[in-house]
Parts: sequence; structure tokens; C-alpha cells
Amino acid sequence: MGTMTIGAKYKTTVRDPGTIGILRMSEDKLTFTPNDPRSLMKLNVDFRTIKGHKFNKVDGSKPTPPLLNLSKDSDKGGGYMFEFDNVGSRDSCRDFVARVLGKHQGIVPPRPNAPPEKSVASTGPDQLSSAEMERRMKLLREDSELQKLHKKFVLGNILQESEFWATRKNLLDDEASKASKQKPGFKSAMLADVRPSADGQTNKVTFSLTTEIIHQIFAEKPAVHRAFLDYVPKKLSEKDFWTKYCRAEYLLRTKNTLAAKAEAAEDEELAMFLKNDDILAKEAKIKIKRVDPTLDMEADAGDDYIHLADHGILRDGSRETVDADSELARRTLSQDLNRHAAVVLEGRSTDVESTDTKTVAEALARSKKEPPSSSISEDTSHERSLKVARMTEIEDLQAPRSLPYAPLCIKDPREYFDSQQANALRPLGGSNDGRKARNCTLSTDDAFRHLMDQMSLIKDNKLNIPVLQSDVALKVLNELNEGISRSRRLNLKNPQDSLLGHLPHRTRDELMDHWTAIQELLRHFWSSYPITTTVLYNKVQRVKDAMTQIYQKLQDIKESAQPDVRHEISQLVKPMTQALDAAFSHDLEQQQKSSKVGSRPNGF
Amino acid sequence: MRFDLDGLTVHFPYAAIYPEQHAYMGELKRALDARGHALLEMPTGTGKTAALISLITSYSLANPSRPLRLLYCTRTVHEMEKTLSELRLLFSHLPPAAARSLLALGLSSRKNLCVHPQASASAARDSVDTACRRLTASWVREKASSDPESAPLCEYFETFDRAAAAGDLASFMPPGVYTLADLRSLGRERRICPYYLARQMVKYANVVVYSYQYLLDPKVASIVSREMQKECVVVFDEAHNIDNVCIEALSVSIRKQTLEGAERNLRRINQEIDRFKATDANRLRAEYNRLVDGLAQRGNLPISDAWLANPSLPDDILKEAVPGNIRRAEHFLAVLRRLVRFLDGRLETENVENEMPVSFVASIHSQAGIDQRMLRFCYDRLQSLLLTLEITDTDEFMHIQTICDFATLIGTYTRGFSIIIEPYDDRMPNVRDPVIQLSCHDASLAIQPVFDRFQTVVITSGTLSPIDLYPRLLNFNPVISRSFTMSLTRDCICPMVLTRGSDQLPVSTKFDMRSDPGVVRNYGRLLLEMASAVPDGIVCFFVSYSYMDGIVNSWNDMGILQDIMQHKLVFIETPDVVETTLALDNYRKACDCGRGAVFFSVARGKVAEGIDFDRHYGRLVIMFGVPFQYTLSKILRARLEYLRETFQIQEGDFLTFDALRQAAQCVGRVIRSKADYGMMIFADKRYSRHDKRSKLPGWILSHLHDAHLNLSTDMALHTAREFLRRMAQPYDKAGSGGQKTLLTEEDLQDMGRDAMEM
Repeated sequence: MGTMTIGAKYKTTVRDPGTIGILRMSEDKLTFTPNDPRSLMKLNVDFRTIKGHKFNKVDGSKPTPPLLNLSKDSDKGGGYMFEFDNVGSRDSCRDFVARVLGKHQGIVPPRPNAPPEKSVASTGPDQLSSAEMERRMKLLREDSELQKLHKKFVLGNILQESEFWATRKNLLDDEASKASKQKPGFKSAMLADVRPSADGQTNKVTFSLTTEIIHQIFAEKPAVHRAFLDYVPKKLSEKDFWTKYCRAEYLLRTKNTLAAKAEAAEDEELAMFLKNDDILAKEAKIKIKRVDPTLDMEADAGDDYIHLADHGILRDGSRETVDADSELARRTLSQDLNRHAAVVLEGRSTDVESTDTKTVAEALARSKKEPPSSSISEDTSHERSLKVARMTEIEDLQAPRSLPYAPLCIKDPREYFDSQQANALRPLGGSNDGRKARNCTLSTDDAFRHLMDQMSLIKDNKLNIPVLQSDVALKVLNELNEGISRSRRLNLKNPQDSLLGHLPHRTRDELMDHWTAIQELLRHFWSSYPITTTVLYNKVQRVKDAMTQIYQKLQDIKESAQPDVRHEISQLVKPMTQALDAAFSHDLEQQQKSSKVGSRPNGF
Repeated sequence: MRFDLDGLTVHFPYAAIYPEQHAYMGELKRALDARGHALLEMPTGTGKTAALISLITSYSLANPSRPLRLLYCTRTVHEMEKTLSELRLLFSHLPPAAARSLLALGLSSRKNLCVHPQASASAARDSVDTACRRLTASWVREKASSDPESAPLCEYFETFDRAAAAGDLASFMPPGVYTLADLRSLGRERRICPYYLARQMVKYANVVVYSYQYLLDPKVASIVSREMQKECVVVFDEAHNIDNVCIEALSVSIRKQTLEGAERNLRRINQEIDRFKATDANRLRAEYNRLVDGLAQRGNLPISDAWLANPSLPDDILKEAVPGNIRRAEHFLAVLRRLVRFLDGRLETENVENEMPVSFVASIHSQAGIDQRMLRFCYDRLQSLLLTLEITDTDEFMHIQTICDFATLIGTYTRGFSIIIEPYDDRMPNVRDPVIQLSCHDASLAIQPVFDRFQTVVITSGTLSPIDLYPRLLNFNPVISRSFTMSLTRDCICPMVLTRGSDQLPVSTKFDMRSDPGVVRNYGRLLLEMASAVPDGIVCFFVSYSYMDGIVNSWNDMGILQDIMQHKLVFIETPDVVETTLALDNYRKACDCGRGAVFFSVARGKVAEGIDFDRHYGRLVIMFGVPFQYTLSKILRARLEYLRETFQIQEGDFLTFDALRQAAQCVGRVIRSKADYGMMIFADKRYSRHDKRSKLPGWILSHLHDAHLNLSTDMALHTAREFLRRMAQPYDKAGSGGQKTLLTEEDLQDMGRDAMEM
């Protein structure tokens, strides 16, 4: 992999102006030498201490410098931050780091600048999303078998990353579909909202809004949403709009009613933010009709004649007298909390990823229009009354509603499953008479005739779609029979032992490894035919080489085996070598064919 | 199931019964046998309502001589819905012949029952009432019959009126159970007014479910419940606050706005009188003659004309002629003007004044020249005048109505009341908001006619401790007075007293401690820890709105609220009922979807009064502080003084009793049945004192272990985790060993046999 040397700035924090110097990276460590020899910012870090890397997104619009952050510990933070002159050098550096880290962690991310072929297949990984990467890493982490194969072939340069994964598309897809099932809702944390941050020195108060927050504001305050759609950008620029909004928020927060009133009188747009939200009030009116009657306190208020205006006890401390004469909103934290929780509960109906507030606002408006505000139908009221009835019942006095069931309690699983098997077998063996009784409806003659008919039919027509040639099938059957009877003969003592049981552990594992490797290689080998491009041609060559190696190894194992297990091993290795042989012979055939056809190799 | 209870066949809608339900029924039966009143305390979550209605129904099915007439009073409309739903369940388990003949219905105001598209559209109750009157008042209908174009009528009421005249209202309402929603949909379907139909059918219904005030508040009761017979069984459910309802029903207050409104009303009445004098002088003369004859009320008013009735109790209304000097409309108007001016003068005071009605009436007499008898007739005289003047928009005339209610009450009662004039609210001394409050101190006044009129009144609740106090407060003699404990299969409630925060400093809402940031933080940490440990719903009760507002704001500033929201969504009760209802609805949804939520509420608030947080809607209640009444309130002071003088109840005792019944009521909302479970945290160091704690109902006390009397936050958290783990284990519902907590039909038969042998 070599080394990499590049000019960069080392920074301790984002705001730090940084120390200019040279960053050198080799396969196992990185060093940073500042240009100014007096500087103390020298670094000499082993790559093994680096756990991950992060980089910032740089698009042309903002003057952010390209940064790369090598973190020591992904949880705790802390690490080394480098700033680069341009994105290109940062990216090459990043790729280098990714490769080194991947190697250290047994996983190598695709090499974006893989040298040999610049063909369709190799440009694929360049455009890999980080999510895709994540998924692959995750799969590798979870499946050690897969990881072993990956290490062997991809790191061993036999297969390419994309080729390796192309055959495992289903695994990746599963993972992907699992990931995207749940839509993210709103954060349950209160619009921590635009909490103003004062810097303490000046009178300036800063509010920071992100698209996420704006989306939430729109959802929670329909009046603001409506105003945004109405005013921006015709009447106000977006910036002015939010400035006014924040001003209003600030006034509300400081509870400076007089100032709020004064400002509202001057500025009608600002006043709008301070007023009560009429859309909410309207919505509440509709919603209250659908509310569960067992908690409808509004109906209760409508039934209360004791507290007629000025009747009842007015000022005993339990009731607070509120005069609602002020036109400006008396919005309280409680209302905000309730509204916020309601919005979170409703969930996000649109899946807006966009960063543009305008599109967010419009998408929200569309999604709001969709559900027609249907009046309470008989259906829902019926459903509600059912629910009320269910709620009123005292559950433990009632016989259980669900069907009775026997809880599954398996003390000894083996016994259980054995008995199950015995149960399944019983009708086959034990109760023969039962079967006979059933068959009796058909006379023996009839049955015989029917059977004969069927057989002659097959004789005449042959099986129309033979799954396998009959002679091959026969051969396999014979061999198996022979093998089984021979091994039976050899170890009569305990017939339950499998063939593998006799082998030393090491040999067995080795064989298993080879077997999975062969399977992987064969899959790639056969899927490459017919060879139509140089890429495939190269691939076949590489795969073939790998297979030859394994073949060699298998032979070695066979020869070095102890005499008492040699037979077993050769038994095991036989199908493997046969499969490989088949592949080799196919390859030979193809080569001969193509050389016959013309001078061009492989017929393309 | 059906079983035998001392020779009575009881139909019970469930397959099994709790032993305490069985015992409760036994006591109730004794009370019915004795034709006397009963006072019964049974823990929440043991199926009081089901036991009550099934016993009373079965009792009258077994005794044909005493047909089923049950007036079931609930505090709130939503409790009414629940009760009706239990009734429906019961009726479905009765013998079909009996079930087919029974009628049960809920009754509420026009606001909740009206189906007229325009009239029901208004949001306020008063405006619905007025809109209805505008369409149905007798003079409006008269006019419309002569000139159909002049005014629109309500088609629903017309159907009702025709049916009532033909006497076949019953055909509109076949036997069954009618909730408010059922009544409305019946009204829409048959195009008949559900409100008047229900009002009329109340006379024939076997079970009527309505709210307390329809029986206790004379203004409403004498219209709605006038024709109920003595045989009715009256039940007040969740009656621990009944004394407060009673005194509120007889209290009136007058503010500056009331007087201004009254002046406006008087001007308008004056104009109307002038108009009538010019066009239809006969009408006023006829009224005068009627008053001479001593008919304050015009006899049988059409049902649609009746408005709020006399605020004083039926027994105290004078059945004599209206005094001569207010018979003429102009004279009466002048009297009212003088009265308003007098009250206006009294309102100008700078000091708090406390007077008894007698001296107040005397000063009215000396300064405004209105004597007690005239005051007493104010209400009747005004009512008659308004009817004569054919005034439909009653909501406009609420102000003068209030003044007349006030006058009638002070003219009628000399004891049990006091008049308190305050120039400002104590807590906002810089805002001048003068008010004259006539407050009733004697709860027995309002409920006395109910005890006298009906032979069996049952007062029941989950918290009536100490049970001997209620007969004194309400001044009656129950034949049965009993408090039941709860037999539990497992310890499904876990009350704890938390005295210290996680930093071991005491927590309390005592006045000098409540705003201490340490206490606020400790309370916040408690909730936060619990929110992370307890699944499903958590309900928090605070001592008052202002305290809740303050502490929630502080939590928000400290960032505790944000941390809580990491675990659960937060909903808050606000003074606005619509918003609170929606918040509750959302709270339930949040609990249904599995992550649970936190609900902040106020003890003595609307939510604490009647919303259940059973099952997963509430696994933990935290009562922050002791919900004492606002002790500096002048009204409360006056009431305490009255209680001490009349009933020898000590102030401190009464305050503690009142606070603890509220606290018990709040925490009791989590248990619905024995299969349910929940924790209760009393977070205040004062709960650890014996004099406070001992006022809690027995069923809570019996589960309050000594080890849980003085916990800090971390210990409480540990206990909570332990408890939740225990509750997650499967258990035997029927109870194990000797103590049965669930009785089946066979168990009951065995019990009967054992009793016979003994």
C-alpha cells in the first residue's frame, strides 16, 4: 500500500487556526511534522490506536475548509484533525486512511482508485454510498464465515469487492429493507426550541434554526406555517420572516407583555406571531367531537350549572381567575408542551429530506390537505362505544376473552422433539391396519390396473422434463450405496458416527474451509461464462489460479494424511476435486473452442 | 352469574365476584330493607358501580311492590357514560323479560344533547340554551303558528311537542340503555328533540343517571327532578366531595362586571316595559293581577319556558303573594336599581369585610329601603317579569339574574352563610378586583331536602375516611355506615412516602420550602428517575395550578423536562377544558402505543375529579406535596369557623382531612381491578407524620409498609423496580390458600350452605 505524504494543517479544535506542516502516512503509523520547527505540535501516532475517521461535507456554497478527523475512540471523541488545501487531497488522504484502517480491522473498504481496469465494474464502488458501506461492514462483522472468505479472496486480490458482493445481493437487500422499515418521527425532545443563546457580553441574542427545527415549528404552529406560505417570498424574505419570528419568540419568552403589545401595534407580521393560533383552535373544535366520551371534560363543563357565571365559590384559592381580555396570546409553556407532544404522537406524515424550507413548508401543506376532515361517522362512534364497553368491564371478574391455550413448557427439548418424531412416524409404521382400511375403498385389482397404466404411460412417453439423466442418477445412487455400506462395515461399533468424526480437528476445519472457498470460487467461475469482456476474462484467470492452488493443497492434505484416515479423507476430497476438475475441463474446452474459431482468445 | 344473597336472587354481570363486592351488596340490601340511608366506603378498583346497580336492580326485580326507580348521581358527564355502559352490561345479563321492560338513560344539558344544526353549533352552554329558547319558547311558537314566516322553529322540538300531546313519547324511546350519544343519534334518526325527550322520559325511566347538581342545586333540581317519587333510590357515587358541591350550589358572587351587566339589563328591561306599555299594556296589567292573586309562578309553565329556578331550597320558597310594592313592573325595576347601586357602593371598599346575612339585610334595609321580604321575592318577581316581557336571550340577562339570586338567598337564610367583600385577590394584591361573595358554609342545607324526600340515599366513594365525619357534615343518620377493606391476591398497590430527594435533603411543598430550587430539582430528579424505570403511564399531581406552572417552568429551565421527554412524552392539564381533554386523549394514545407518557395534573382539578388512569394508563402516581386548601382564603376561614362553632370540628383536623381525601382520591385513580397494579408516591416529608398519614383510607394504609415511610429518591427507585418485577410474574387470580379473593358461583353456594349449617 505504500506511504503517502501531503501538506496539511493540524488542528486541535475546529476553531483552531491550525499548524501548517507535513502529514506522512505509512501502513502502520502517521506522523505530522510542523513547518515551524519551534512548534510543539509534532505527532507520531500508531494507526492501531485510530478507531475511525470522519470528514466534513464540502460543497461550493460555503467557505468551509476540507477537514479530516481521525478519532481515537469513537465513543469518547478525541483525535487528530487535519485541514487540507483542497478537497482532492483530502479525499485521497481519506481513502488511504480508510484502507489502512480497514486492513487493521480486517475489512477493507473498496479502493476507489483501484488501478487496473477502469471499466464499468470497477467504477461501481466509487459511487458507493456510505450507507451501503455500513451494511457491508455490518454483514462482515456478523458473519465470520463471510469475513474469512472476504479476507481470502478480496484481500488476496482474487476477486474484486463488487464481484464478491454481487453474488450476495440478497443479503444486502435484506439488510437494506430491514433498515428502512421505520420512518423517523419528530424528536420527542421538546423543540429545545430555538433556545436563545446570549453571549453574555452584548445584548445580542442568537437563535439558531435548522431545517429540522423549522419543519417542527411548521408542524406545531400551523399559523406560522400559513404565514410562511403567504408571505415568503412575496412580502418578506425568508431571513426577515425568521428574524421576526424569533423576535416574537423572544418577547413571549421574556413575558414582556407591554413591549410585545407595543411592537405588535407597529408591525402586523410580528403581531401575527403573537396572536393566538386560530387554526389550532379550529382543529381543536373538530377533534373534541371525536374524543372518547369517558374523558370528555368539555361535555362536563357544558353540564355544570353550579358554576354559572358568578355562581359557586369564586375565590377560595382553588381556581385562578384569568381575565382573557388581552388580544395577544397568553401562550404558556403547558400549551406548548401539549401541542408538541400531540405533534410527535401524530408522527411525521411526509418524508422530507430536503434542506430547503420552502419545499418543506409546501410538502407539509400537501400532506395536511390529504386527509379530509370527515365528520364523525356512525362507524367510529360505534367503535368508540365498543371500546368504552371494553374499558368498563372488570377484567379479572370476566372469563378470559382470548381462546384458551396450553402454555408451551418444554423441560427437555430433545425428548420433546424425539417424541414428536415418533408421533409423525407412527401412522407410517405402527398403525398399518388404519391405512389398509382406508385403501379398501379401492379394490386390489383396480389399484393394480391403475399402477400399470401409469407405468406404461411413462414407458411410452418418457418423462417429459427429466431433472437429471437416469444413468447419472444411477451412478450416484450406486456410489452412495457403496460408500455407506463400506463405512458401515468399517465402523460397526458405533454406526451413528459420521465420516468426519474420525478426522483430526485441524484437518477437518481445513477441509471445511476449502470446501466453502471452492464453492465461492466455483460460483464465480461458472457465472463468468460465457466470457464476453476482458474483465470477465481476467476474473476467470484469477479464479482459475486460485482454484489451482486449492487443488494443490487438497492433494497435499490427501497425501500427508495418516494411513488410518486416508481413506476417509480421499472420500471427502473426491467430490471437491471432481467439481474442480469439471471446471478445469470446461475451461480447457472453451479455450480450444475459441482457438479453433479464430485467433481472438475467448471468442470476443 | 346469579347467586343468592340472604334470600335475594342477585344478577351479577360477571362470572366471578370479589368478596368485598359481596359484602357491599349485603350492607346495601340491609339499607334497602330498612328503607334508610347508607354511607359506604369501598376502595377504588373493586367494582363499586357494578355491585351497586346489580343489587338495586335485582332487589326491585325480586320485590314487585318496589319497582326499580334509581337516581344515580355522578360528578361528571364522563362518569355518567361509564355508569351507563356498566348498566348496559348488567341489562344484558338480566332475564330477558326483565331486561326488555327496563329503561335507563343519562340526562345532561342542551349543550350536550342538542342536535339542531344551528343551535348546537355554539361553543358555550349559555348560547345553546338561548338559541334553543329562541326556537322553542311558547310565545315564539304562538307567533309562528299565526304567521309561519315570522320566526323559524325547531323541527325536533315540534315533533316532541306533538308526541307529548298525543302521549306517545314512549314509542320514540323503547326500553334499553341510552347514553348521551345514543340519545343524540336517536334524536337525529327520529327527528325528535333528545333533550326534551330525555327530560320528559325521566319521569318514566327506571334508572336515571345524571350529575349531582340535578338533585342538589335548587336552581336546576326544582326544574328537572321535581316529580321524582319518594320510592326512588338515590345514589351519590364518588361522593367524597359532596359537601363541597353542596356549598357551592348555594353560593353566589358579585363582581364589578356583574353590576355593570346588571345595569345594562335594567336599561333593556326598562325599554321593553315602555314598548309593552305603548303596544300591549294589557299584558302588564294581567301580570299585576296574577301577582295580586299570589301566583308568583304562572302555574304550569310550558316545558320549554322554564329557566333556572329559584336558588333557594324548595321548602323555603314562600307560597304567598308577592309584596305589593314590587308588583308593578316599574316599582320592581326601581327596587332592583337601588339594590344594584347599594351593592356597587359596598364594592368600593378598601378593606376585607365579613358580614352575616342578617346584618347585611339590615344595612340594605336602612340604606336602600328594601326589606327582607322583598329581597326574598326578587327571584320570582324577576322571572315573572322576564316571561311577561317575552325575553328569550337568557344568557344576556345572566347578570341581573345573579343579583336576584343573591337577594333571594340573603333574604331567605340567616344562618350558615356569610358575606365576604374583598377588594382584591390575596395573591395579587396590586390588581384591584373587588368581589362580594355570598358563601354557604353548611353542606347539610343543600342536601337536606334530598334526605327528606327520598327514602334511601346511598353515599359511596373510595375515600370517605374518616367515615364518621360525613354524617356530621351532611347532618343525616345513616342506617348503615361501613368502610370495606380490600382483599388482595397480591400486593398490587405499592404506596410509598418519599421524604428526601437524592441528595438526602427533605422535600415538601410547605410554603417556605416550595420555591427552594433544591426542592424543585429533587422533585424533578424523582420524576426523571421514575420515568426511566416505570413502563407505560405516569401521572403527577401538583397542589395547585400556579405551583404546577412554576415548577414545570423551572424544570424546563433546568433542562429536566427535556430529559424526561427523552423517556416519555409530557402532557399537562390546563385551565382550558378543551385543551385538557385533547391532552388526555393524546395521553391515552401515547400509552396505547407502548412507550407511555407523563401527565401533569392538579389535585382538586377537573382531571383529578373523575378521570381514571387505570391499567397501562397509569402505573405510577406521584403526589407532589400535600394538597391543602389555600388557607389564607377568607371564605375558607369563615367556613372553618362555622364548622368549629357548629360541629366542633377542629380547623387543623378539617384541613388535614380535606387535603388527605384529595390526595387519596388522586392516587386511587390508578387501580381498576385486582388484576391491575400501580404505585403511589406521596412526595412530601409531611406525609411521614402520623397525624397526616392516619387520615388516609384504610386500604392504602394497610399496604403502606413501615419500611416505605421515609424513603429517598434512590430507595424509592429501588422499591419501584422491585415492585414492577414482582408484578410481572404470573399469579393465581382466584387467590391462594384460605383467603379467596375471587368468588365463583360455587364458592357462593358453599358459603350459603355453611351459613345455613351454622
